[in-house]
Amino acid sequence: MSRIPETFQRCAAENRTALMPYLTVGYPDLATSEQILLAMVEAGADLIEVGTPFSDPLADGSTVQRTSQVSLEHGTRLRDCVALVERVRAAGVTIPLMLMGYYNPIVKYGVEQYVTDCAAVGVDGFIVPDLPIEESHRLHTAAQEHDLDLIFMVAPTTNDERLDQVSNLGTGFVYCVAVTGVTGARGTMSATLAPYMQRVREHTDQPLAVGFGISSPEAVNQVGTMADGAIVGSALIDYMDEHPDHMPAAAARFVRYLRGEAAI
Amino acid sequence: MIEQRVFENSESRPDSHGYYGRFGGVFAPETLMPAINELTAAYQVAKHDPEFQAELEHLRKTYIGRPTGLYEAKRFAEAAGGGNGPRIFLKREDMAHTGAHKINNAIGQALLAKRMGKTRIIAETGAGQHGVATATACALLGLDCIVYMGEVDIHRQSLNVFRMRLLGAEVRPVTSGSKTLKDAINEAIRDWVTNVDETFYIFGTVAGMHPYPMIVRDFQSVIGKEARQQFEEQVGGLPTMVVACVGGGSNAMGLFYEFIPFTDVEIVGVEAGGHGLDGHAHAATLVKGEQGVLHGSWSYVLQDDDGQIIETHSISAGLDYPGVGPELSWMKDSGRATFAAITDEEALEGFQLLCRTEGIIPALESSHALAWAAKHTKHLGPDATVIVNLSGRGDKDMHTVAEAFGVEL
Repeated sequence: MSRIPETFQRCAAENRTALMPYLTVGYPDLATSEQILLAMVEAGADLIEVGTPFSDPLADGSTVQRTSQVSLEHGTRLRDCVALVERVRAAGVTIPLMLMGYYNPIVKYGVEQYVTDCAAVGVDGFIVPDLPIEESHRLHTAAQEHDLDLIFMVAPTTNDERLDQVSNLGTGFVYCVAVTGVTGARGTMSATLAPYMQRVREHTDQPLAVGFGISSPEAVNQVGTMADGAIVGSALIDYMDEHPDHMPAAAARFVRYLRGEAAI
Repeated sequence: MIEQRVFENSESRPDSHGYYGRFGGVFAPETLMPAINELTAAYQVAKHDPEFQAELEHLRKTYIGRPTGLYEAKRFAEAAGGGNGPRIFLKREDMAHTGAHKINNAIGQALLAKRMGKTRIIAETGAGQHGVATATACALLGLDCIVYMGEVDIHRQSLNVFRMRLLGAEVRPVTSGSKTLKDAINEAIRDWVTNVDETFYIFGTVAGMHPYPMIVRDFQSVIGKEARQQFEEQVGGLPTMVVACVGGGSNAMGLFYEFIPFTDVEIVGVEAGGHGLDGHAHAATLVKGEQGVLHGSWSYVLQDDDGQIIETHSISAGLDYPGVGPELSWMKDSGRATFAAITDEEALEGFQLLCRTEGIIPALESSHALAWAAKHTKHLGPDATVIVNLSGRGDKDMHTVAEAFGVEL
């Protein structure tokens, strides 16, 4: 078993919801994003989604569009994201780190080379929002060769047949998109989340993590009643943006807030 | 010599996964996958339903005004070739309702949307021609219409923005990225992801995720079918060459598709050379791009060495796009077509030449194909024949052209 499902198991044993914050590498700049990652680990993040910027993030809402654009304006490259993982591993970070980003930069880097380099620095898995199961053969093969997880998304629109396919092909956990929509902070969770998560659960034994729209400890707790983990991206970034001079500290505080250990 | 059978047009291109050789596919967010599969299935049924085809044919005749003419531009050919060049024929898509070929596809997809029970239509637009065509089709069929358009394009195509609003469409400005066509497509896809149940996305070109390259090609292929028949009637046989401008590639695939199996017919696509091919200020995706994934398909893409999509430039908003249809990429790699680029300046020369020799004001997009035909076909000689797709009329471009000539309107 890889480090990712192990982490979910440990959280379950400790009777809590695994918390998986997201950051965009290179936002607000490369050095600060590294400090943000370290601060989130320090604050108790269980796993981290390390976002690699792309010029055309078509599954993302305005927050991640903006952070990606800023990151690219600073000249962040995919190899910088890999190198950042290498540095934080050297600094002693042991929790699972998944690289999340769109497919074209990976293709340009070279799919097999990318996976090889990621494996060498201690990446645990990949999330590629524009790579459905149908097109995943190449990355899936490469990831398997290096024992890395390829995590697929499911959405409220995903039918039973596709849920089975995702469950068979993906490893690590199943990324359950909470809403029919793009990423972005939302006030409340949809009432249809419970029956949808129930349906996903019937098709897989893998850990389930819910993302898109989670912005409060209440939402994390609510998600925890039906899934193993909660993914938080845009709300965290929006909060950091309110504290532009202290982003790593703000990120840490928001992670503690989501864990019910601090107020904001 | 490439084997003839490779270039037969059949149901196997694209294959069942949406691939044209190694190009195409569906690189889309999971949320859309069921809707994409539903669209593919619904289209296959409609395609083989005589009732759907009859309704489309009726609207082509009575509403769009098809067939559009095939016109021999003798004075243009004379001016270009000095009496020794080929005969040049124009396929007059500028005469179609709304002034461009875009209506062929918009009407077809709007009929499909209605058939699927979708009442909310979204579309992207660059030059505004696809937006106008979609707004028109929605007015005709009583569908709600939202058009995403980059802020830069809204500025340079303000006339088309006004036309869309007159037709009852809501035009939503897109301010992300380069604020042009590619960003309008991103935003339309985000809308589709969010409102997928009730929304039909009328995509305007042969790029993007399967099944769009196939659907748009099929609806546009009426251009080449008519042109071949008209040429047979007027001249006999087949033309020596067919030429069209290529942005995403819908007018090009529309003309080319019919001629793909006839390997004696040379096929040339003309991309936007912008300020020249040396820097990044162009949109010559097939000439200068590399393979990659943009907007859901594997195709040629203009990208930097880190796989980020490059912001393009063309005087023509309709060609200002860093991607291209996967079937055109297949035509390039298989050698069935060749691709060239024409700069802004050359396009303006072609534009003026057609205005003055034929009394036809072409769209700046089409002017790229005209300019290439005027400059690069003399060697074919007077016995040769060339069909150029005059994909749209130039009324929408008056502000841009006036600005280029330093004239204040």
